[in-house]
Amino acid sequence: MNLTLKIWRQKDANSKGAIVDYQVQGIEGDMSFLEMLDVLNEQLITKGEEPVVFDHDCREGICGACSLQINGEPHGPDRLVTTCQLHMRKFNDGDTIYIEPFRAKAFPVVKDLMVDRSAFDRIQHAGGYISVNTSGNTIDANAIPVNKQDADDAFSAATCIGCGACVAACKNASAMLFTSAKVSQFALLPQGQVEATDRVLAMVNQMDEEGFGNCTNTGACEIECPKGISLENIARMNREYVKASMKG
Amino acid sequence: MSILDSKIPEGPLADKWTKHKNTINLVNPANKRNIDVIVVGTGLAGGSAAATLAELGYNVKTFCYQDSPRRAHSIAAQGGINAAKNYQGDGDSNYRLFYDTIKGGDYRSREANVHRLAEVSGNIIDQCVAQGVPFAREYGGLLDNRSFGGVLVSRTFYAKGQTGQQLLLGAYSAMNRQINRGKIQPFNRHEMLDLVKVDGKARGIIARNLVTGEIERHSAHAVVLATGGYGNVFFLSTNAMGSNVMAAWRAHRRGAFFANPCYTQIHPTCIPVSGDHQSKLTLMSESLRNDGRIWVPKRIEDAQAIREGKLKPTQLSEDERDYYLERRYPAFGNLVPRDVASRAAKERCDEGFGVNKTGEAVYLDFASAIQRYGKEKALTSGVENPSAEEITKLGEKVIEDKYGNLFQMYEKIVDEDPYKTPMMIYPAVHYTMGGLWVDYNLQTTIPGCYAAGEANFSDHGANRLGASALMQGLADGYFVLPYTIGDYLSQDIRTGKIPTDTAEFDEAEKHVTERISKLMGGSGEHSVDYYHKKLGKIMWNKCGMSRNEKGLKEAIDEIAALREDFWKNVKVPGTANSMNPELEKAGRVADFLELGELFAKDALDRRESCGGHFREESVEQDGEQKGEALRDDKNFKYVSAWEYKGEPKDAELHKEELVFENIELKTRSYK
Repeated sequence: MNLTLKIWRQKDANSKGAIVDYQVQGIEGDMSFLEMLDVLNEQLITKGEEPVVFDHDCREGICGACSLQINGEPHGPDRLVTTCQLHMRKFNDGDTIYIEPFRAKAFPVVKDLMVDRSAFDRIQHAGGYISVNTSGNTIDANAIPVNKQDADDAFSAATCIGCGACVAACKNASAMLFTSAKVSQFALLPQGQVEATDRVLAMVNQMDEEGFGNCTNTGACEIECPKGISLENIARMNREYVKASMKG
Repeated sequence: MSILDSKIPEGPLADKWTKHKNTINLVNPANKRNIDVIVVGTGLAGGSAAATLAELGYNVKTFCYQDSPRRAHSIAAQGGINAAKNYQGDGDSNYRLFYDTIKGGDYRSREANVHRLAEVSGNIIDQCVAQGVPFAREYGGLLDNRSFGGVLVSRTFYAKGQTGQQLLLGAYSAMNRQINRGKIQPFNRHEMLDLVKVDGKARGIIARNLVTGEIERHSAHAVVLATGGYGNVFFLSTNAMGSNVMAAWRAHRRGAFFANPCYTQIHPTCIPVSGDHQSKLTLMSESLRNDGRIWVPKRIEDAQAIREGKLKPTQLSEDERDYYLERRYPAFGNLVPRDVASRAAKERCDEGFGVNKTGEAVYLDFASAIQRYGKEKALTSGVENPSAEEITKLGEKVIEDKYGNLFQMYEKIVDEDPYKTPMMIYPAVHYTMGGLWVDYNLQTTIPGCYAAGEANFSDHGANRLGASALMQGLADGYFVLPYTIGDYLSQDIRTGKIPTDTAEFDEAEKHVTERISKLMGGSGEHSVDYYHKKLGKIMWNKCGMSRNEKGLKEAIDEIAALREDFWKNVKVPGTANSMNPELEKAGRVADFLELGELFAKDALDRRESCGGHFREESVEQDGEQKGEALRDDKNFKYVSAWEYKGEPKDAELHKEELVFENIELKTRSYK
């Protein structure tokens, strides 16, 4: 198929960006969206132009590096996939596709379609861990049984890949889904109880400091999340936060 | 007399590690605060090492090319992590894990290293659970296990098909705790371009800030390389796009010996290649072989009809299918080790029984598992006289709970529903057992330069067993390196900070900038990918699942010629002093073009078949094992460690003889 691409180009964080039009030919349905961009880049390099910069690494939907706002949706039109697993069979010959970076104040553009998501790391630094030493001198792994449902729910929350689609989808650019997934994982496990109070306060505080917006329960984040992280996590984090604030 | 000293402690096998820990030097807590350590790579080995070293009190700097340590490619590991916990009471023990690993590696790894790995394996699970890693559990609340290839017990712990993700996020969280304490300084979007040696010791690195293009100097008292494997030398592999050999190769050029480069794991269950545009391959976890049965049609006409789209696999009856692994290896069936399963798939496809357009695919079928689980579920949930549809539905739900994310991944890529029609799979490059040569302390042949995880060669011999990579990465990072590095650093308590304004750093930086200018200065005929794909084709065709003398000699010449062409004609757009992903790729491919030649040279030297290295000239001629790989212990029971001497063709071979005191060398049979 032949496509018209309207791609955001921006030299660096301090420059102004703009949409630039490109044509690509001979795209096959079996190609992933990023392989389609590889074709474009090969074309640009041959012409002596600078290729389009975008984040990507594992190309199997787990590292969370790839992003892209495709026709206005984070990770494009398909559900429960990252951009690297979005296949061109979801598009038609002659389509025009708008490709932009994830937009949020807390995610400044680095170059073209690549954004800086280090705000997510800083939220995790603030409290996204259990303070045990890594010496291995702990109790036996089976010493504390964990209810299977709680363990499964903690796992589901923990499958967040930190891509930032939730922020890009949200009209307020809120990071509540991301932050609540980590808070939930630990809140559901006995190991996480000891530091539960401090953790939720520190992580929410950092999230606010980074300039993410508030949650107004629209639910766009849950729909666009490539890993299907549930809104229940936000509810759980709110409960944890209220509990912690009362204690504090 | 070999110049390689593996520093394996004296004494009985099971006591070596304990005794070693009791006798090596320690650094007191106050002195640790004055010692700096650089860790390059933040996957399971690097992340866990960085967190533990920082917790002990050292000042740690971490480097990764990704935008966050959490994105290191360990995250993509699917199936699980082995540990000799014997929670299932099925006869597992440290000795069995040790034995299985040595045998699985086709008797080409060190006994002492592997036993240590088995000894610390149980502790890894304790550690991870304490960190909040949500492993799969049974209804009673205790941890669940499954089986992996090449073993007869269930010792694999898992978190659905995302075990690597959960373990890496555990290590990342341990890092975050230390970052918050100021003990780890993370340098993300940075790439190591050279190792700096002062007085023969590793004392720092030259790194490029990938956002600004700036070249930076970083010093330390020791440098840990945990930079993963080099599977991307094949262009198409299950590695991440950015996975590369640069840090290890730069260390090699500075004097670290490179061991067993030809030992590559070609994983049997990957989604087949669909076309020339393909940029990478996707693994379908080995755990699927717990429940999936591998087959091709018995009759070549049926295979032909399937390829032409005239016949569907579900139309073939049981009698018309050849479950070739169950047929050839009745004892282990579908759970033979990876090298064996891969060669068997290639053999069937080469004979014309392949089932997709390209003829390079076999089936992985869940139909009988769905029926088995469905019946069991109907019984346990009290459904009386369940209909066939009900059984299928219940069975599919059980399969979804176990492997849901893998099935979804398959469906998105191939556009077929694997619950209804068997998956198509084919072998693909997945892991490299070879890597930097290290001694028992994980130190390379450069004092102060350590290698951990997939980047070293140490534990898997010529073939790695499934679910052992995660185990080794975390064992090295959490439990081995933090002890052994202290012994070395105890000499450095009075050294003080290593200055970076010295002749050694000047020289290394100059070397790096000259190389970058050279890469930017090519005449501009072809893109970096053009060369990378060409290299990949040579590697796959001549250094892949099956190798012979003629092909390997050709590969050596072809790679050398391609490298020469690359340096003359590669086209790198943009500038060196700004973000430039093409320049990053060019640097990595330049190193692959050297490594690839050494790889072929090593494969040529090893005129035996062992593990993942299959030489067509070395095959069992008769008896029960006819046609299977033939190992030659008399002549090749050694680790090949290559010393850099300029061009790869001039590399000098050093041999570390492997000594087996506790295990009898046998033909590796899974029949």
